[in-house]
Formats: sequence, structure tokens, C-alpha cells
Amino acid sequence: MLTAEEKKLITQIWDKVKPRQEEFGVEALMRLFTAYPTTKTYFPHFDMSAGSDQIRGHGKKVAAALGNAVSNMNNLSQALSELSNLHAYNLRVDPSRFALQLLSQCFQVVLAVHLGKDYSPEVHSAFDKFLSAVAAVLAEKYR
Amino acid sequence: MVHWTAEEKQFITSVWSKVNVEECGAEALARLLIVYPWTQRFFSSFGNLSSPTAIVGNPKVRAHGKKVLTSFGEAIKNLDNIKSTYTKLSELHCEKLHVDPENFRLLGDILIIVLASHFARDFTPACQFAWQKLVSVVAHALARKYH
Repeated sequence: MLTAEEKKLITQIWDKVKPRQEEFGVEALMRLFTAYPTTKTYFPHFDMSAGSDQIRGHGKKVAAALGNAVSNMNNLSQALSELSNLHAYNLRVDPSRFALQLLSQCFQVVLAVHLGKDYSPEVHSAFDKFLSAVAAVLAEKYR
Repeated sequence: MVHWTAEEKQFITSVWSKVNVEECGAEALARLLIVYPWTQRFFSSFGNLSSPTAIVGNPKVRAHGKKVLTSFGEAIKNLDNIKSTYTKLSELHCEKLHVDPENFRLLGDILIIVLASHFARDFTPACQFAWQKLVSVVAHALARKYH
């Protein structure tokens, strides 16, 4: 799936993301809830105001999970197995217009905003592919 | 008819006023062909599309990107009437070009990422909302006459 070159690009770009990983995770969530309000239906218990503890906590979690995926690109299925179970059996986020696709869009917008030119077409391509792979693994056990 | 709030219109027109249509269009189309290579199927007459560098530098890609984004500008001039703005283009994309409308959604998302990279912090979440709505409305209008 991911070529060696793509994995290299992803690792390199994540090195730039790592020091700000939590901030990016939080911003991605804020953009998700703002640009795609229907995604809020999965978080009825959340305080949705900017800077809420819940959004910060969850943004941090999401970013950490992505970081873990970056470190385990050769074995996404195994590395994300727990999360995959969670999404399939507990969370059951709709997979057709998968909120995760929307989150992928928003996370990439965050990268584009903060990395500008560094989010080159080649990096964009590799990272989009990577996020698709992550979303596919998370939806693996749905049925 | 789509309802736009005054704020949404403001986000759209103020961003658009600062967009270099030629550059932005070229970049958006190039990224579409790079990130989703299967979209190259519509451009077999464009010559060398063999690598990201080739695609970015391809003069036909640049010219067509400009054409596409110029047309997008028509929607912005006619926010209250996007459906009829694209009637003819919708028929064209169905009957002559045979483009799966899913591709309009892909291009719309790519355009948003290009805008984000150029406008950085100014491309706020609220601004993104307005633009995601716009690209979705345009995609829908372009798909409307399919049969």
C-alpha cells in the first residue's frame, strides 16, 4: 500500500508535527466540529466551547493515536487493533461518509495552515493515503 | 436555493478577492492529479503526467486549472443562483466528459487545502465551514443534470 518513499515523507512530516502534535490534534477537532457540525452528534456529552478540557483531552488522544500509527506504518492493523474494536463495536461512527474522512480533511487543513509550502503535493499525497489507510483499519471490523 | 448568512458570504468573497486564480487553479488541479492519480484518466491528451514534478510543470495542467477555477468564480459571483449558473456545465460533464461527480468533491477538498496553505491562520475554522459549504454546493450543482 504505502511505498517506501511515501513512508519516508510521512515520517519526515510527522517529525515537524511531533512538537506541536497536541495543538494540531485539538485544532483538527475544532475544525471538524465547526466545518462539519453533524460530527458533533458523536459527542453529545462534550463541552464544545473552544479550549474546553474535553476537546483538549480528546485532541491530544487523537494526535497520539496518529503518532502511533506513523510509528507502525508496516503494521497498522495490529497497532490500531484496539481502536479498531472500539470504533466497530462501541463508537460505531458512520463509515459511509465516515466522520474519519472528514477528520482526515480537517487534519490536513491544519497541516496546510501551519506547514504551508512544506505540505507539498508529494507530502499531501502520501499523508492523504496514510490517513485513508488508518480510516480503513478503523472501519475493518464494522461488519 | 441555498441560504448563505452574511458572515458566510463575507468569508467567501474576502478570501476570493485575495486569490490568484491562475496560480491557485493550477495548484489545485495539479494536486488533484497527484493525490488522486486515477483522475488522470480524464486528461490523457495533456502529455507528461508521469511524476509530481511533471504534473506541476505541465502547461496544459496550469491552463486547465486556471479555466476550472475561473469558472468556480462564477459561483461566487452568483451565490444566490449557483444551480442555474452550472446547468450547461453539468450537462457537459455528464454527456461529453463523462466525469463521475465524486471527482467534484475531491477537487473541492483539494481546493480547501490549497487555500489553507496560502491563507494559514486567516483560514479560520469558521472560514473553512463557509468554503466547505461552497464547494459542496458547487459539486452538487455540477452533478444536478446527470442522467
